[in-house]
Amino acid sequence: MELRRLSALELGQLLTKRALSPADVQKAAAADTLNAFITGVPFPESTAEGSSPLAGVPMAYKDNLCTKDLPTTCGSKLLRDYVPSYDATVVERLTAVGAVSLGKLNMDEFAMGGTSETSHFGPTRNPWDPSRSPGGSSGGSAAAVAARQVWYALGTDTGGSVRQPAAYCGVTGLKPSYGRVSRYGLIAHASSLDQIGPIAPTAADCAAVLDLMGGKDPRDATSLDLPPVGPPDGDLRGRKIGLPAECFGPEVERDVAAAVLEAAQVLRARGATVETCSIPELRYAMAAYYVFSGAEASSNLARFHGPRYGDRAELGREVKARILLGAFVLSAEGYEDYYLAAQRARALIRRAFAAIFERYDLLLTPTAPATAPLLGLSPEERRSTDLYTIPANLAGLPALSMPCGFDARGLPIGVQLMGPALGDALVLGAAHGYQLETDWHQRIPTEGDRP
Amino acid sequence: MTWETVIGLETHVELSTAQKLFCRCPAAFGAPPNTQCCGVCTGLPGALPVLNAQAVEYAVKAALALGCTVARRFTFDRKHYFYPDLPKGYQITQLRTPIGRDGAVTLPGGRAVHIAELHLEEDAGKLKRGDDGAVRCDYNRCGVPLIEIVTAPDFSSAEEVVAYLEALRATLQYLGVSDCKMQEGSLRCDVNLSLRPAGSRALGTRTELKNLASLKAIAQAIKHESARQAAVLEHGGAVTRETRRWSEDEGRSCAARSKEDALDYRYLPEPDLPPAALSEAYIAALAARQPELPGQRRARYQTAYGLGEYDAEMLTSQKALADFFEETVALGAPPKQCANWVLGEVLRALSARGLEAAALPLSPRTLARLIGLVETGGLNRNTAAVVFDAVFDSSADVDEYVRAHALEQIGDTDLIGRAAEEALAANPKSVADYRAGKEKALGFLVGQVMRSLGGKADPHAVNRAVRERLER
Repeated sequence: MELRRLSALELGQLLTKRALSPADVQKAAAADTLNAFITGVPFPESTAEGSSPLAGVPMAYKDNLCTKDLPTTCGSKLLRDYVPSYDATVVERLTAVGAVSLGKLNMDEFAMGGTSETSHFGPTRNPWDPSRSPGGSSGGSAAAVAARQVWYALGTDTGGSVRQPAAYCGVTGLKPSYGRVSRYGLIAHASSLDQIGPIAPTAADCAAVLDLMGGKDPRDATSLDLPPVGPPDGDLRGRKIGLPAECFGPEVERDVAAAVLEAAQVLRARGATVETCSIPELRYAMAAYYVFSGAEASSNLARFHGPRYGDRAELGREVKARILLGAFVLSAEGYEDYYLAAQRARALIRRAFAAIFERYDLLLTPTAPATAPLLGLSPEERRSTDLYTIPANLAGLPALSMPCGFDARGLPIGVQLMGPALGDALVLGAAHGYQLETDWHQRIPTEGDRP
Repeated sequence: MTWETVIGLETHVELSTAQKLFCRCPAAFGAPPNTQCCGVCTGLPGALPVLNAQAVEYAVKAALALGCTVARRFTFDRKHYFYPDLPKGYQITQLRTPIGRDGAVTLPGGRAVHIAELHLEEDAGKLKRGDDGAVRCDYNRCGVPLIEIVTAPDFSSAEEVVAYLEALRATLQYLGVSDCKMQEGSLRCDVNLSLRPAGSRALGTRTELKNLASLKAIAQAIKHESARQAAVLEHGGAVTRETRRWSEDEGRSCAARSKEDALDYRYLPEPDLPPAALSEAYIAALAARQPELPGQRRARYQTAYGLGEYDAEMLTSQKALADFFEETVALGAPPKQCANWVLGEVLRALSARGLEAAALPLSPRTLARLIGLVETGGLNRNTAAVVFDAVFDSSADVDEYVRAHALEQIGDTDLIGRAAEEALAANPKSVADYRAGKEKALGFLVGQVMRSLGGKADPHAVNRAVRERLER
């Protein structure tokens, strides 16, 4: 049986039943030919006994999550030698239930970027086409899962950095509601936007990981006391799903639009009603996002000053640009016109979502306008890929990307589901329902699977 | 031209909470460098602040005691600047929603000083220059909770400023929210000072005075700066808006940072701390539990103990002193005598050793015993003072000491009588002088008797014995 075809939960089950040994799993795990890992950890001799359904399943962490005694670089030259003295809460919690980590995954520097090319350690390659980017900033996480170097990974999502790479790599990625997962130990990009999210073959896998790592943490004042989401039910009967017109504009590639609309059909077939809607306030999302993420990043990175971390000149161009932007919008000159304006825009967007979710249970959009871009494009050539993912971060809403087809080049296409605040179970449930009807999530980048 | 001085104060007070403002590290003063820090207060990547409820309680108590309106909902802001003692590159403070606003402190004499705001913020670390010339940072102080108290420019003299700070210190000590020790940095004051023509209402250009480590330095610096600004203005010049650093050794200030190049702090609402809400019940409960404040205690000493206004004021100026006084009285010492000892011998001994009342080594029990012995005639007042000095530092057992040094007051009338007769017999001239009308001779003879008895005799008994025999 080809273990790479199994989901994380299926693999976990076989391990628990002892139908599989850790050695079997080690043999099945792919080697890293994609530069997905920054720091690899050898497969442990014996896996620790764990109590969770994912005990013993190989996984890995994006390299902005602090791991005790293991380098945590954020993909940056500045932190190439930084070794934290503590584990992030999510690392502690997963380790406690038997997670087997194979190391730290590549990312855009300080999570700023959408292609994993700003990493000091070189870009990660897309397993479906090595001349292409796996997306970013959690590019290493998505690529490693798609290639089955690991069966699930943690990424972080500030403006789409879990969902977009998941889409480009043909796997499922969740950005939980803001506050559902503790950020303690996540080296912050933008504190009010960041969330740690699972990337795995299926929505059910994501739900399992979420419940193992999520929940109130006294060390993170923004974390919320919420009940677990539980295994997702796939029941879509009676669900009202909206397609915001603003996310289906001319910038969406034809194949992508077609695949997303086909996904909508599948949901209809399972009992949901799907119709178009409109959220005009979304037009402010990009600008508001860049103001907040720049402002908060310029603040969060202020601690990396000379005496303790070395030369600021060791930061990459993208990071410097964002810091400068952030410093400007917080400056006396820029504050009113930019930061205050962005605050008003964000409030508008939150209210708009609250209103739309009174009429709809879920929203469906393409995760990104196109599929994985070629590596090596110039900044001008790289188009904005976070148009449809940013709004969920601004409003703190749960959002998930799952594979729904391939384009003419054989590249995976991702469809996004967004839910109301704290509606993670709803989002995961709908995704699971879709995955019960389709098999896109079971495709892996071998010859036989490419269309 | 007569100039009027206008002063406003910014005072930073370290709260004496068990733990720091945003992490669980101990906040105590005096530990070896970098032994009281963690990822949060040293700004390690990934660490997050969590608000200390006790610090909020202390800040609200202070705000209430100073007559402020307490914010029902408050947030924090990040204030950015680069300095090695500020590990995150920003300080978490309150710009938009200070915990308290619009309070007042009444100075002796009745003048009220308006308190514009009182807000919570975290302290920075401390840089120290070593003997090897290297500068090192101690992060123990980083993250300790501070309240910053900002007044309106309501002061017109150094005396008023000192009176305000003494009243503020006493109130905060009484509340138990800070020990307010300037020498340990738990109370720091920056002075904003400007001059204007007497009678004018407009404010002149002000300078900010920093590095004022004691009340004495504050008073000196104010006088010096007033004179300096007056000289500038008299010569037709203009005062530069700047920060001036006071030098205790040189007795003058020097310009440090120009306020015209003021840093842009790029304040950012703190995203890691959700807004905090205080219920009416919470605030009411703190207000109800407010302990007796200095003014109230002062009044009570006058009515309950019959002490005069000056003594009451002196005793209540430091909470530890007043506490000591009351404990000693509770052990049986008569209030007036106790007050004399406390304001006399105790304050003198503290001053000689450079201690504040909070550091008093003498115990109430020891002083009460001493006073008791004097009252019952076991010790005379002079000997008692000697014993006091001996037992002050160790609070040693008074009776032990008296016995060991044979200091018991001699009250034995037979012994005194015999000593008196000996003295009279040895000094016939003095006897004759006294009988001839010279009162002073009595004193001489009493002194002789006291000397012969080692100074331990009851002076009243000696006086009686000598006088009796002289009048025979």
